[in-house]
Amino acid sequence: MIEIFKIIIVALILIGAFLSLVAAFGVLRLPDVYTRNHAASKAATLGVLAVLLGTFLYFYMEEGQVNSRVILGIVFIFVTSPVAGHLISRAAYNSGVKLWDKSVQDDLKLKEIAPSKKRQ
Amino acid sequence: MAFQILLNVFLGFLWMFFTLTYEPVAFLKGYLFGMVILFTFRRFFGSRFYLGRVIAIISLGLLFIKELILSNISVLKLVLKPKLDIKPGIFALPTVLEKDWEITILANLITLTPGTLVVDVSDDNKILYIHTIDMDDAQEAIDSIKNTFEKAIMEVSR
Repeated sequence: MIEIFKIIIVALILIGAFLSLVAAFGVLRLPDVYTRNHAASKAATLGVLAVLLGTFLYFYMEEGQVNSRVILGIVFIFVTSPVAGHLISRAAYNSGVKLWDKSVQDDLKLKEIAPSKKRQ
Repeated sequence: MAFQILLNVFLGFLWMFFTLTYEPVAFLKGYLFGMVILFTFRRFFGSRFYLGRVIAIISLGLLFIKELILSNISVLKLVLKPKLDIKPGIFALPTVLEKDWEITILANLITLTPGTLVVDVSDDNKILYIHTIDMDDAQEAIDSIKNTFEKAIMEVSR
């Protein structure tokens, strides 16, 4: 029983570290702010979640203590990280950062017309 | 919903006072009996029986976790693929949801979906502007996913 849990803990922490590494690769490789945001806000979230879950399980199995702070940390990251990704990309768009050259479509351009119409 | 839960807690306390046992087990027993009573009298409340909504919230949480794992696998494939053949773009998605918290949850779900990221919400809360990483297969597949998300959120708020 304990051995199975050890394997699960090791797998969780390794998967978390691997996902964080992939997120770092993505930030380096992808061409513009928005696509980089995809990698950073998704892969990093699940990476940190997996590492925290592995830590929680380790201290639960080895020391027998239930550390609820780790669970709270998981919930907080889960809720805040997509919002952070959204805010960063929105701030980038509003301050005029261009999309990548090969981007095909940009519906958000149409949005700029609407509020000025309202004002007239 | 909050009123029904409060009433159920009250019935649990009432059961403790009736049986003169002040223990968590007695409270739980009273809570379960109270739930049966609330279910019997469900037609007197303005909204539906609250347990259905609790189940809807739990299934929404499970959907969140499933989408997070799927989107990570897709990002993994994208980043580790030797050739970078992506077609990013921004498209508009009209939504039927109205309350602020519903749109917030929908935007969070979309951000955690494979290949999509919410960039902006229009001023009248009717259109979400979504950056997607692959414009080709995005449109139909994503629209169907949106329908399941919107349905799951409406299941909670209805």
